[in-house]
Amino acid sequence: MEVIFTLVKVIVAFVIMLQMVLVLLWVERKGSALIQDRVGANRANIFGGLLPFNLGIVNTFMADPLKGFHKEDIVPADADKFLHWLAPIVGIIPLFLTFAVVPFGDVLILGDYTINLQAAETGVGILLILAMVSMGVYGVVLGGWASNSRYSMLGGVRGTAQMISYEVSMGLAIVAVVLTYGTLDMQEIARAQGELMWGVIPAWGVFYQPLALVILFIAGMAESKRAPFDLPEAESELVAGFYTEYSGSKQLVFMMADFVEIAIVAALVTTFFFGGWQVPYLYQDGFQFPGGWQVYVPSLLVTLMQIVAFLLKLFFFCWVQILVRWSLPRVRYDQLMDLGWKRLLPLGLANVVITAILILALQGFTV
Amino acid sequence: MINPYVALLMSAALCSLVAIIMVFASRIIGPQNPSETKLEVFEAGNPPVGTLRGMRFPIKFYLVAILFIVFDIEVVFMYPWAVIFRDLGWFGLAEMGVFVGILTVGLAYVWRVGALAWE
Repeated sequence: MEVIFTLVKVIVAFVIMLQMVLVLLWVERKGSALIQDRVGANRANIFGGLLPFNLGIVNTFMADPLKGFHKEDIVPADADKFLHWLAPIVGIIPLFLTFAVVPFGDVLILGDYTINLQAAETGVGILLILAMVSMGVYGVVLGGWASNSRYSMLGGVRGTAQMISYEVSMGLAIVAVVLTYGTLDMQEIARAQGELMWGVIPAWGVFYQPLALVILFIAGMAESKRAPFDLPEAESELVAGFYTEYSGSKQLVFMMADFVEIAIVAALVTTFFFGGWQVPYLYQDGFQFPGGWQVYVPSLLVTLMQIVAFLLKLFFFCWVQILVRWSLPRVRYDQLMDLGWKRLLPLGLANVVITAILILALQGFTV
Repeated sequence: MINPYVALLMSAALCSLVAIIMVFASRIIGPQNPSETKLEVFEAGNPPVGTLRGMRFPIKFYLVAILFIVFDIEVVFMYPWAVIFRDLGWFGLAEMGVFVGILTVGLAYVWRVGALAWE
């Protein structure tokens, strides 16, 4: 029974990530159209337009991947064939894997079973996520190198330097979060945010670590290589950067890796700073508002509301990233490196030290 | 309760399966009409000149990689410290203060010599 539950949880976590990516494929096109005052993707339909209406979202997010799969797969004659195949696979598997440790709900109570809604309850989830996001660099560097094209090479080199630069700041921001909660388990961090500050405000991480939120969000956006940090694939300079020589489904996989990274950043921000699956004042036995007013809610409904709350928050932060991408111009490479090494890194270090001192000082007062 | 790493293994298997299917999908269901021009690398329409192997790129990228290793190890070292920080108390803060202090001096030095400057 346990094995079946685990298997279902693994599949659910994977599907949450995959549907987020597919929806983002559509939101990116439609949202950019909205921002730029265009109509955007509206041609995809089933049965050659015989239906009187256009299914919109469903059609477009099915149509884009299907179109990608039906294109010719071209491997340049001079390319390193093996690495050319390996790069997209190595690039996307670790990113897919991260969602196994992201909690998407508290517990699901089914009869005698209490199921923790986190696919892999390893207790070191944050380390796993950091390790897997770092692995994403290999997709970029191998793709850039294997193609044997100048544009790919430049994109790959730029991408590697950018991603490793911002990884340090991202790691430092997360250290401050770990300091605050004293655990590496994302489920425990989400649970700790269910408490109340002064009996009224939900104790979400954003109130404890506002600076870490800013650092993590900027560094995360730079990690996902999207505008304003899209130098590795800058269209106007490098054609398509490290995936210039890719076509068909392999190119689609590289595009999907971008969207998975957006989803990962959104999941991290949600879980660390905005309570994860927490709905304010909602506990396992219903709402308990400050002031003593209580509303009973059945346990299953509570779990459902938590999952929906998690998905909504996740989607909101994905949308913020898409909004930023279509609003800001690309930065110069020296500005990118300055921001990473000279601003975010010292700021992250200072944040860690200040957090540590504050924790000890407050402990001193309470003991 | 089963071992959580079994769940991770299941997840890895599922992810690998989907990723490999997606990468090979074009090869299986897409058309295959290679021609000499199509197999050239993209060079804005001209025939590509020479090979890329041995192409030079600025040393700065290499420098960034070296700096990354130094600072990333610092960050990794901070994780176990952050988890047990409340038990360590002021002792832990002092220890990490020395470590971070030395690295901050390192960062200041690197900054001053101009290793972080891109012109």
